[in-house]
This record gives sequence, C-alpha cells and structure tokens, in this order.
Amino acid sequence: MDAFIVTEKLTKEYGAIKAVQDLNLKVYTGEIFGFLGPNGAGKTTTIRIMTTLTKPTSGWVKIGGFHVVKEADKVKKVIGVVQQHLTLDRDLTVRENLEFRARLHHLEPTERRRRIKELLEYVELTDCADRMVDTLSGGMKKRVAIVSSLLHKPKVLFLDEPTVGLDAQARRRLWDLVRRLNSDGTTIFLTTHYIEEAEALCNRVGILHNGKLIALDSPFELRKKLGLITVETLIDKETCCKFFADRAAANSYVQTLPPNVKTVVIRDSNLEDIFVEFTGQKVGDA
Amino acid sequence: MLAALKDAYSVFWVDLRNLKHRWLSLLVTSLVQPLLYLVAFGYGLGREVRFEGFSYLTFVIPGIVALTSFSTSFNGSASKLQVDKFFYKSFDELLISPISLFSIVVGKALIGLVRGLLSSVAILLVGFALSPTFEVSLLFLLVLFLSCFVFSLFGVLIAFVLKSHQSMSTFNSVVMLPMTFLCGTFFSLNALPEVGRAMLYVLPLTHSSQTLRAVALGQDFPWLSFGVLVCFGALFFFASILVLKKQSV
Repeated sequence: MDAFIVTEKLTKEYGAIKAVQDLNLKVYTGEIFGFLGPNGAGKTTTIRIMTTLTKPTSGWVKIGGFHVVKEADKVKKVIGVVQQHLTLDRDLTVRENLEFRARLHHLEPTERRRRIKELLEYVELTDCADRMVDTLSGGMKKRVAIVSSLLHKPKVLFLDEPTVGLDAQARRRLWDLVRRLNSDGTTIFLTTHYIEEAEALCNRVGILHNGKLIALDSPFELRKKLGLITVETLIDKETCCKFFADRAAANSYVQTLPPNVKTVVIRDSNLEDIFVEFTGQKVGDA
Repeated sequence: MLAALKDAYSVFWVDLRNLKHRWLSLLVTSLVQPLLYLVAFGYGLGREVRFEGFSYLTFVIPGIVALTSFSTSFNGSASKLQVDKFFYKSFDELLISPISLFSIVVGKALIGLVRGLLSSVAILLVGFALSPTFEVSLLFLLVLFLSCFVFSLFGVLIAFVLKSHQSMSTFNSVVMLPMTFLCGTFFSLNALPEVGRAMLYVLPLTHSSQTLRAVALGQDFPWLSFGVLVCFGALFFFASILVLKKQSV
C-alpha cells in the first residue's frame, strides 16, 4: 500500500508546551485514518501542520509526496480541509459559499456550476442551495462545510472533530457520508474524541496523548493486543477491568472472584479500554 | 500577474456578495459621522467664516471627504477581515487555498476601497449641494481613489496584526480618532507651530487631506504629499505581506 501522508519526527512546541512530539506516522491511500485523543492531546495542531496552517518546530510531513512547508502550493491542491468550527460565511447563501470556494480553487464558470450542482445532490441539499447558511441546521451546515472542501476533488480530506455538537441522527448521516466519500476514492484523515466514531469509521486508529502517539493499529488489532474480552467488576465502588483473549478465559476468571464482588460484566473490549489502559485517563478528560 | 489579480478578485468577490446583501445599512452607517461634521462644523459653524481666502465650508469639504475615505476604507477592510478571522473563522480558508499572499492582501483591501469610494462620493455630492464652489476634477477622483486604497491597505495590515475585537476598538480610539481630527481635515496646518506640523506630517491622512484640498481649491498640486501617500500605500502593502508570511507557512 502507498503511504499518502508521511510524518517524520514531527514536533510542534509553543514555548515550553510540547503540543506534538516526535510523531512518526503513515496514512495509506484509500484508508479512513482516525486520530483519537482527549481535548488538548495535539490532534488539531497535527491537522493544522498537515494542512499548511501551522509551521512545525521540527520534523516534516509529506502529503502525496509533497513537503507541506517547502511545497505548500502543491499540497493545497490535493487536500480538502473541514475545520472543527464552521468556516462558512453565514450571511451568504449555500451556493455563494460554494461558489467562493470554487473560485479560490480556480474552477472555471461552467465547471463551477456543474460541480456545485453535483455536490449538492451528493449531500441531498439541492433544495437548500439558495438559503442563507445561518438558517440551516447544524448537520446541514456541516454537510455544506464538507462539500465546500470537495469542490477541487481533493485526494485526502481532513476532518477535525466532524461530529462535535451534532445530534445522534445527524452524526450517523455524516458517518454515512464519510464512508461514501471514502468508497468513492478519497483518503480520510479525521480526529475525534468520540470512541464510537473511531470504531465505526476508521480502518486504523492512532491514539494521541499529551502530543505523543501511544498506540497505532486497526481497532481490532488494538483490542487483540489488550484482550478481546473485558471483565468489568465493581469492588468497593471502584471499577476494575481485566482483559482476556477469549470468553472461556474470562469465564474461568469470573469463577475465581471472591463473594464481595457484586457486579460483574463480561463484554467485548473497546477503544476506550485501550485508551484508559494506555494512558490511565478517560478520553473525555481534558 | 494576471492570475494573481484574478485570485484577488475571487477573494474580493465574497466580500462584494456580502456588501450586496447589506450595502444600504453599511452606507448609511458610514455617512452619519462625516455628515454630522459637515453640518456642524462646515454649515453650522463655518458658513460665515472666511479661511485662507475661501469660505470655511468650501475649505472643510475636501478635508471631510478625506476623512470619510480614511475611516470608511479602513473600517471597510479591517472590520470584514476581523469578522472573517474571529467570527466566521473563514480566513483560514484563504490560507488553505492555492492563492498567493499578494492576492489575499489586495483582495481583502478591495472591499475597503469600494466602500470608501461609495461613502466619499456620497459625501462629495452632499458637499457639492451645500457649496458648489469647489472643483471635482479627474485628478481629484484619482487622489480619492489612491487615498481609499492606501487606507484600506492600512486596515488590512492592522486587522492582521491585532489579535482581538477589543484591541481593534482600542486602536480606533487611540489612533484613528485623533487622526480624524488632527490631520489637517478641519483646519490648516499652517496655523500650527513647526513641531506640531512636523508631527502631523508623519501621518498618512495629513497627506490625503492636503492633496485633496489643493486639487479641490485649484491650488498647486502637492507632489510631495502625493508621493508620501503612495509610499504609505507601498509600506502598508509590504508590511501586510510580511505579517501574513510570518503567521502562515
């Protein structure tokens, strides 16, 4: 497999704070790669460096073979970026916003109109084309933000916390859109602090903690390393987890538990277990 | 070069669309202050007063046109840029796009230029109705165009440098407002002692009001002030590019 994004000892320091430390990472063409970590872990800083918005302190990133600092112009042509916060002009219509982005990417008038029509159909927002962005729901705004970054057919799409603030239905709809984009050939790099989002979408996950990459693999492989089955017990009001390769091993452990253990749950391990185990911290803890 | 100008137009295009949705309220807002000056100082206070051989009204109108171009062009580009940076957060989109810093700076200055020109011409028409004794020549319009562009670039630079709305309003009170009153807009600099005059010649609005007034009143064209204004424009442009270069990759 070709690596589309490669980082080498990527580091970003803000004074004494090390936002990203010695990050070595490869994201392969065609995959959905997820960066998982709590707020402040360095996810957004990494995306900002990859998308030419922030200079790294040391180390480098190449996207599609182009160096993001030395060949920023070439990088900008192959990336699409959806920032965590909405970056649309809310006092303009959906169409005006899309036309603006299309102009910035040098699409000729005919191509511009064709692409806007095509993308609005793709995200089922054709009827909203001439509505002011401010009048749309959160999920619709996010879909507009996503298509506004697709006008120039980027090879990789960066999504920074794409579903923050969306309700469950809008979130699932957005997941479907991300999967569809990916199956249509776009490599996806997303950050999230929602475990279920990373599990639902990502082929591979990197767990970032205090600016360091502490785990990197597919969700299944990460779970396998930890133990696919978790036994969760409540002893003196404290939750304790133990991990086992299979249910048989978990069951025989449960047999050995002393009688003062009241609650016992046997379940599949998840990314949250991995995160807690690797960091001693919950993902939601900032 | 042509491609860079086309990109600058793309940057300007979105601001123009915004203006199209709200042009009337923006125009009215920008006219309140200069109209008050015109009526209070020019028509009310100075109708009967003679000043350097002209009625004070005739003398003050070019100054008020200069200050309108100054404040509207500055605010036109600075406020939209600040909204893009802090409210819509859409400024990053320009930095992520494959366009040059030149296109961003010029494109962002164009909205200030257009808004400055609209307001200045509106004030000029009111001034003309009140005192039809001054000349509006092609040269006057050229100087007005230059003024608006220079002050719009000034707005771009300041919006790049300042990090919040708060610091922008401080800047407006501490730098912009004193300039509005002091830079030869309402009085002749000849009335000031040497030191005061020298200090005011450091400020760009002084040169704009001097040049506009000289053209409107048919005096000798102040080439030096015109040149200084051009230099200020170049300074604001290159400083904007430099600041943006430092802030981006």
